[in-house]
Amino acid sequence: MTESLDLSLYAKPMADGTLGMELAVEGIACGGCIGRIERAVRSVPGVTEARLNFTNRRLHVTWSPGLAEPAAILRALEDGGYHGHPFVPMRAEQQEAAEARRLTRCLAVAGFAAMNIMLLSVSVWSGNVTDITPETRDFFHWASALIALPAAAYAGRPFFTSAWRALKSRSLNMDVPISLGVILALGMSLVETANHAEHAYFDSAIMLLFFLLVGRALDHAMRRKTRAVAGNLAALKAENAHRLVSDELVSVPSAALKAGDRVLVKPGERVSADGIVLGGKSDLDESLITGETARRNVASGATVYAGSMNYSGALTLKVTAAGGAALIDEIEKLLEKAASAKSRAMRLADRASRVYAPVVHLTAALTLAGWLIAGASVHDAIITAIAVLIITCPCALALAIPAVQVVASGALFRSNVILNAGDAIERLAETDTVVFDKTGTLTLPEPRVVNTAALDPELLQMAARLALSSRHPLAVVLSREATTRVPFDDAVEEPGQGVRAHINGIDTRLGSPQFCDVIAPNTSQASTVCFRHGKRFAVIAIAQKLRPDAVDVVNALRGRGLDLQILSGDHLEAVAPVARALDIEHWQGGLKPAEKIARIEALRASGRRVLMVGDGINDAPSLAAAHVSLSPISAADVTQAQADAVFLGEKLRPVLDAVIVARRARTLMTQNLWLAAIYNAVAVPVAVAGAVTPLIAALAMSGSSLLVTLNAMRANGGPR
Amino acid sequence: MNILVYLVPLALGLGLTGLFAFLWALRSGQFSDVDGAALRVLSDDDLHDAGTTKD
Repeated sequence: MTESLDLSLYAKPMADGTLGMELAVEGIACGGCIGRIERAVRSVPGVTEARLNFTNRRLHVTWSPGLAEPAAILRALEDGGYHGHPFVPMRAEQQEAAEARRLTRCLAVAGFAAMNIMLLSVSVWSGNVTDITPETRDFFHWASALIALPAAAYAGRPFFTSAWRALKSRSLNMDVPISLGVILALGMSLVETANHAEHAYFDSAIMLLFFLLVGRALDHAMRRKTRAVAGNLAALKAENAHRLVSDELVSVPSAALKAGDRVLVKPGERVSADGIVLGGKSDLDESLITGETARRNVASGATVYAGSMNYSGALTLKVTAAGGAALIDEIEKLLEKAASAKSRAMRLADRASRVYAPVVHLTAALTLAGWLIAGASVHDAIITAIAVLIITCPCALALAIPAVQVVASGALFRSNVILNAGDAIERLAETDTVVFDKTGTLTLPEPRVVNTAALDPELLQMAARLALSSRHPLAVVLSREATTRVPFDDAVEEPGQGVRAHINGIDTRLGSPQFCDVIAPNTSQASTVCFRHGKRFAVIAIAQKLRPDAVDVVNALRGRGLDLQILSGDHLEAVAPVARALDIEHWQGGLKPAEKIARIEALRASGRRVLMVGDGINDAPSLAAAHVSLSPISAADVTQAQADAVFLGEKLRPVLDAVIVARRARTLMTQNLWLAAIYNAVAVPVAVAGAVTPLIAALAMSGSSLLVTLNAMRANGGPR
Repeated sequence: MNILVYLVPLALGLGLTGLFAFLWALRSGQFSDVDGAALRVLSDDDLHDAGTTKD
């Protein structure tokens, strides 16, 4: 039964009358993929344009309406070995793209102004010690003013608006002293210029804006990249529903469901919209909605809710509320939360800067008053106060933690780890014990052929190709080994026995030992499938296989002083060989979820910081009980929602990378806090003493921010 | 020194040209796929196409 795919929800009309769609593409490995993907998609009849954005792994396709079938585009990608996941770009992402462009424009204007004003300023400085005429100096100052005032008005907007918002809500943020410093410095300089003075401070105001914008633009760019990856991930995870259209199944994105649609929910799937059961019987896990963990029996007439997991049987539903749009909102909200979730350290830094902001203003005011009382001129007192205002800005302090967070989460993304919780990095860094689940975590989520080395490759290929014609779970596993994905023509499936076909005129069978007339050795470790081709035969063993790099990763983790344990729900005989292969001393099998939690609680009580790595639905509570938790992307949705971070791919390596990156990040955070604290401790007294001009203050202040940001960049590097 | 009256605005004008060129590039999306642009230059798509049309 092939199910057609309806993608009309994602197609958006373009300006030139064509239809367009955005796809998140999986499987892009190198630059050569750009050409391959674009050529493959353009060769689909009716497609007018395909353009891949390599940076965020997204493909934009347009086609003339009525000509191309959107599903054909997905098939073209599929044939090339890539997976395309259509998605609707999220509102938040579009807003951020606009914000990024705005920041870059401001940065460009500030950069242009800073360069030109410095050119004029350096001339004035050198002129002041040689023979510049007052007329020339005035001309240079007015020229600086001409550049600085419009540039500051334009490039300073991000700071001015944020400061204004804070003031309106009667609070202070770090943009208030920045705005005040810039405006005061500019105003002061105008007065000075009008009075033909020797010094003006246009340069310091603009330099300050420029360096601050560099920091903000960098920070924003990294955040946006993170968001794009998260958006792609959401597209990968987006669920399709099976809509019944006159008794034919059409696969549609859940978001496209409307009230009144009839939908089929297969066992193991999530209910995609609120509805009433029309037919079928099943158990539903509604823990996501009600928190109730006992399953509910549903039959015809029962009301079901989007998000419940269907366990035992297929259900036909009549949709009562379009759950789709709500679901997209939900994902968007989750992403929003993940992006804005602040770690403990970040919250601490936030609070510190809120307390610190009034101190900045007070120090500047006191400096002004102090110098006036001490008998300095109004002019000198104001200049010193401006320098204090600029130099005490704790921008470095405010950047110290978030900059590291952003870079570290970027590094984690590249290691295929996606953070769910904002403070996961700090908790990961504190880990001293790692508890693994076995099935799906240490082993691959799906079983594999384990004795490939012992088999004749020719026979294995034949068996795998024959397996393409069967729906038996073991055959599906075996068929993954096939290099030619074309089934044999005359293959016939004999229910309960196996598949048979004639290959080169020789009777060939795949299935049970009796069916193939093969005596298979009895093992409890693996399931076996037999294969016979004339006189030749093979016994193919299929079992859970360790992740390819499990041994190396486990050794590396041990080498980093972590205590490793296995807590599995699987029976003892299945766990023992894994523990032996990985040389893990502490392991337990046959544990119920409650016993797992009890073990973890016991570890916590003895002062351990436990990192739990697990994937099953039964692991969800123990993930929550652990200090910090990781889950493979193949994990059940409930489990993933519970985990602090999710990792992608077949390898276990991301677990190791997560620990390495987190530890490095913690070191850098501490360093940054010290750097920022020392800078303020040294610079502030010097500025109060009046030994610093506003330009030096601007350079020192933005210099310290840059230093902290650059130090944060180191969270990226190091051994991988 | 009167030459400065011409030269400073001239320098500014040149700088502004650069600024507007950058803003135009930004607006036309030339910075939307920085990694891709670096790789696209290596692909010989155009040569390949020309070759096949000749055959």
